[in-house]
Amino acid sequence: MYAFDYHKPSSVADAIAVLKKADDGTFVAGGMTLIPTLKQRLAQPSDLIDLGGVKELVGITVSGNTVTIGAMTTHAAVAKSAEVAKAIPALAALAGGIGDPQVRNRGTIGGSVANNDPAADYPAACLALGATIKTDKREVKADDFFTGLFETDLAEDEVIVSVSFPTADKAAYMKFDNPASRYALVGVFVAKTAGGAKVAVTGAGQNGVFRVPEMEKALSANWSADAVAGLKVNAGTLNADIHASADYRAHLITVMAKRAVAAAG
Amino acid sequence: MPTVTMTVNGKKVSGEVEARTLLVQFLRENLHLTGTHVGCDTSQCGACVVHINGDSAKSCSMLAVQAEGTEVTTIEGLANGDELHPMQAAFKEHHGLQCGFCTPGMVMSAVDLVKKKPKASEHEIREWLEGNICRCTGYHNIVKAIQHAQQTM
Repeated sequence: MYAFDYHKPSSVADAIAVLKKADDGTFVAGGMTLIPTLKQRLAQPSDLIDLGGVKELVGITVSGNTVTIGAMTTHAAVAKSAEVAKAIPALAALAGGIGDPQVRNRGTIGGSVANNDPAADYPAACLALGATIKTDKREVKADDFFTGLFETDLAEDEVIVSVSFPTADKAAYMKFDNPASRYALVGVFVAKTAGGAKVAVTGAGQNGVFRVPEMEKALSANWSADAVAGLKVNAGTLNADIHASADYRAHLITVMAKRAVAAAG
Repeated sequence: MPTVTMTVNGKKVSGEVEARTLLVQFLRENLHLTGTHVGCDTSQCGACVVHINGDSAKSCSMLAVQAEGTEVTTIEGLANGDELHPMQAAFKEHHGLQCGFCTPGMVMSAVDLVKKKPKASEHEIREWLEGNICRCTGYHNIVKAIQHAQQTM
């Protein structure tokens, strides 16, 4: 790991002030991606600004039809939250399936969403449930937030404060994980919402998480596994790597979508 | 260099470390608590699992400075004098190890599981161990040991 200066501010405003003063500073949330990246010397920030001391970023609130999760809330906290499990069971289940128990104890929703790993789980939930990402400056709809591989609409000095998820009539997430890394080879989040059905896919897209309009149309008309059984995403838009070909991923998307709809009931 | 202070196995400790020092390096090199192992160095194997404020975490994937002010428990902190912790005793009883390299992390992870889900099923135990890799493939006896410790912890 290259050397850096470490800061642990106690408010979002201080964190941003420290970042603005740094040559090439970066925020760290749970560090489950960034620390391994630093260890591999794949990044060399001048300053590491730890958001772990910012209490205002931690916590879960459910009000009306909205579940709001503070950016520094860990996956373990979301997974064991009775409130989340009651309001959006699929979201609690998704959080409980991220990485392994030790990763869930440190990793955070804000870190996951800001990193936008193409195989991360949370971005699929954000798109399918129509989440809103609140930053220190503004509110961004999930559809506008995830812009590409490891890319988001966040500015350099912008901090995610919370992510708000509207509840859904029905929802479920199914992932086929890589047997070695446990990252999603393909993960599909389906939601039946007031505005129609939504389907979001992670792990497979060349540009990261994406929605599947054909499946959404079919499920909006007929919420059943059969409705998506004959629909396939064009493999030309999907990843191919040593773990799976694009054709196999296309096949898995349909299978996971069917299973997710069946699981959602 | 930043000074870091934390409580390790009940004792208050502090040291000067570079900001880039990993918690596991601080434990092993500054405190000479070498029971916590570094296996893969890529956050996957779990040989470095310790407890931070009661929750299991991979000490190779956090900085020592991030553990400032926390209560850390390592494998050395489990036994009560010469008396093994029930999880350690169960690993011994059921031969839950071969070479022993993964064992400290396995034990620390398993203790966290039994505290949080005392009645975890065999399937849940196996799922919980997702972040702990044993290259002697000794999982079968590790699971048996954890099931035994569910009764004795």
